[in-house]
Amino acid sequence: MGSPVPAGEGSPGASAATNTSPGLKAPTRRGTELVMLSFAAGLVTLALILVELNQERSLSLRILYLGLAYLGLFACAHLAVRRWAPYADPAILPCVALLNGLGLVVIHRIDLALEGTVFPDGSTWDPVAFKQVIWTGIGLLMFAATLKFLPDHRMLARFGYTFGLVGLVALLLPGVLPGFIAPTINGAKIWLRIGPLSLQPGEFAKILLMVFFAAFLVSKRDLFTVAGRRFLGMDLPRARDLGPLFAAWGVTVAVMVLQKDLGSSLLFFGIVLVLLYIATERAAWVVLGLGLFAGGAVIAWKLFNHVQQRVANWQDPIARYDMIGGGYQISQSLFGLATGGIGGAGLGAGRPEMIPEANTDFITAVIGEELGFVGFAALLLVYMVFALRGLRGAISVRDSFGKLLGGGLAFAVCFQVFIVVGGVTKLIPMTGITAPFLSYGGSSLLANYILVALLLRISAAARAPQRVAKPKPQQPAIADQHTVMVERPK
Amino acid sequence: MNTPLRRVGMAMMVMILLLLGNATWVQVINADEWRKNAYNRRVLLDEYARKRGLITVADGTVIADVKETTDRLRYLRTYNSGQAYAPVTGYLSVTYGTSGMERAENDLLNGSDDRLLTRRISALITGRDPVGGNVQLTLNSKVQQTAYDQLTAKGFTGSVVAIKPDTGEILAMASTPSYDPNLLASHDVNEQAAAWKQLTAKDSGDPLVNRATQALYPAGSTLKVLVAAAALADGKNKDTQYTAKGSITLPGSQTPLPNFNGTPCGPGETVSMETALAKSCNTAFGEMAGQLGANKLRRQAEKFGFNDPDLTVPLVVETSTLGPIPDDAALYQTGIGQRDVQITPLENAVIAATIANNGKRMQPYLVSKILGPDLKSIDDTEPDQVETAMSTANANALRDMMIQSEVNTGGEGRLQNVQVASKTGTAEHGSDVTKFNPHAWYIAFAPAQKPEIAIAVIVEDGGDRGLGATGGKVAAPIGRAVMNAYLAGR
Repeated sequence: MGSPVPAGEGSPGASAATNTSPGLKAPTRRGTELVMLSFAAGLVTLALILVELNQERSLSLRILYLGLAYLGLFACAHLAVRRWAPYADPAILPCVALLNGLGLVVIHRIDLALEGTVFPDGSTWDPVAFKQVIWTGIGLLMFAATLKFLPDHRMLARFGYTFGLVGLVALLLPGVLPGFIAPTINGAKIWLRIGPLSLQPGEFAKILLMVFFAAFLVSKRDLFTVAGRRFLGMDLPRARDLGPLFAAWGVTVAVMVLQKDLGSSLLFFGIVLVLLYIATERAAWVVLGLGLFAGGAVIAWKLFNHVQQRVANWQDPIARYDMIGGGYQISQSLFGLATGGIGGAGLGAGRPEMIPEANTDFITAVIGEELGFVGFAALLLVYMVFALRGLRGAISVRDSFGKLLGGGLAFAVCFQVFIVVGGVTKLIPMTGITAPFLSYGGSSLLANYILVALLLRISAAARAPQRVAKPKPQQPAIADQHTVMVERPK
Repeated sequence: MNTPLRRVGMAMMVMILLLLGNATWVQVINADEWRKNAYNRRVLLDEYARKRGLITVADGTVIADVKETTDRLRYLRTYNSGQAYAPVTGYLSVTYGTSGMERAENDLLNGSDDRLLTRRISALITGRDPVGGNVQLTLNSKVQQTAYDQLTAKGFTGSVVAIKPDTGEILAMASTPSYDPNLLASHDVNEQAAAWKQLTAKDSGDPLVNRATQALYPAGSTLKVLVAAAALADGKNKDTQYTAKGSITLPGSQTPLPNFNGTPCGPGETVSMETALAKSCNTAFGEMAGQLGANKLRRQAEKFGFNDPDLTVPLVVETSTLGPIPDDAALYQTGIGQRDVQITPLENAVIAATIANNGKRMQPYLVSKILGPDLKSIDDTEPDQVETAMSTANANALRDMMIQSEVNTGGEGRLQNVQVASKTGTAEHGSDVTKFNPHAWYIAFAPAQKPEIAIAVIVEDGGDRGLGATGGKVAAPIGRAVMNAYLAGR
């Protein structure tokens, strides 16, 4: 296992590819992907062994089996890619496997730390690592299904408006529904509870709305590039073309007000801005959008207590250490990061139990504490490689919709990392958002696996040899043809 | 669309770089600030997670023990006979830090001392918890308990220090009022806070201060042995004559320097040094100091251990000084241990011990052995002669004078069949000697011909005798009882 497979071997896509230049068949790089996946699985297994060692639990062969099972799970994903998107970018799936695996190990590690904890209401800690494993499995199923049933990403553009509507409803639903079905958890009203299942529809809405915006912007692209007035050296858009931007801004504010979810509103607005910018190539949109956002943020800060709290906690967490809704959480995160220092406390040897929400929003703080700056930087670089590879697919794909969607998806992941890690490390105010693939939570994981499938689909379309739409009629050799007089049209 | 996509890629890299830069700031450059923040309990908790070493006295009795607990801190520090030993052991508190031996030998007790390195490595390999080293003190449990009981029997505020003259081993170090360190070591934060509040209250009498090493007092008449030593070194002998007047006028002023109650020292004009010391005549010693001059006095004082700011036993010891001595009047007053003379009880015991040890000053110490977790000795303290403060002949001459002084001293509890050499002191302090009760001093060693124990006793503010207190009436009985406890138990 692990030896690179010769390029194109056994992939149906390759044989169906161009037959004009058979000697220049592009390599699929699936073998590279498998090697990197094995490497990721090896790292994850090593991480698990370290946790068990540092927690002084007995080591058994079980860990090795777990590692192999993990590799098996991703080997299945790899086979799905091989089958349905053979030319997909080979670096993206290994990055995801590493992030997801590290997330599982850290969630398990936090389970161990909180084992036996009795909460003020008398309940005890319920281990969640196994649930996350199930979610990972379901996520990979969704991933494979997306690849299978979406052979061409351009199909999505046809359902743009439907996606937009569904996405909007999904985004705003928890905010308007009554509390028994949409409870407020940790101050944010972003959950739907259906029976035993908790769902965060906003995670899916993010992708649906991106599809909508990409489709919408591609179809109306020419309109947005019509210049309005010139102002300060920038071509301002015409007032009536500002509709979508204002709509997005309105939704953002609604999310902030109804659901008190600062992170999602920031993420959503950032994505819309970037999509607008990519579509129009006009910096004016960004400037305008940032102006709108700044205005909205100031108003929100003036009006809403929870926004003020977040900003104050960011300015001086220590001064507000003992207050309710104060700087305790962010302080603990910083203490952990600083105590971890350069080399870290070692996996399983830190104190994640001191950071509230350690396995969701603050999971990167736990990684920073236990793996130190070295591990933390590596983690950020893995995210960067993931996002840049996704963006590369968008740059090299040929259709505008693919470019827009791919660019948006890649940016979304990177921006989400910026918001959550920036919050955890006190670069920006803490807004409460999950770390993609790391944090505990089914909705986030499923949505992100769909996102990965879409990125792979776009990168596959970019790297696959161009298919010839209609076979050209066989033409006789040029020497055999008649000489035709061509007259210049008058 | 590729230009804006590439710019988005740049923006993504900038975001990751910002996160990396901020992580460098938090985890590397500015890490110490967060690590050492008072709210950051991680470092402390790591220390608590290790089994802390024990503190034992000379006969092996454990005075600071550890008990395994079920709570987060894992090990509870417990103190046996806490009140008697608290000035030496100090306390170990999660909230309020450490003091005393817990602070001075913290690295060793918590296992991070370099001397335990090989044991730490072997613990790492064998998978056992690293454990702190043990500290064995020089304290004699019987002497220590007697000292503490004597001070507390009448509710005195004061201190007793006992030293073995030929080695410098500290046999007892008591300070009252004392406190129960168990209260501060409690894992119950509220119990800790309540105890701390009580112990640091204005009217608490400063129980957390170890008076033996941290309190400076006027030496009073006990300093006359130091002046006599300086005079002997200057070529005088026990028969050298000094004024016998009941009162003299300080040079350059109208201020009188009277004897106790203004009584003349003898029937004649002059009196011998021996008689002057035995009767503790202020006029004679004022004149003696005046003849010697400040420099000779100071030199003798330094030979006895004054002006040593680096002295640790390993508890930090305040520096004893004679003061600035700006003029002859001050010199006369310094000669009787008043004016700006400041001395710790420990230093006064060192003076007694040095005379007892034929003028050779031994370094006083509290730690006799450092033991590894396996109770094997890692480090034995060797007695260390730091100075020859007096010639043997002079020391013997001074001893003989002090034997006469003991004969002249009143008070109860004279030792049977054991010859004692001593000097008392009644130190005035405060602005008005008619309002502030004097401190009662007693320094002594026994048996006088072959000394085995030297002591210093101070009882603040006259003990139970008020303005009428003298060293002989208040402090001497305590000193005698302490010496008896040691000599009887040999």
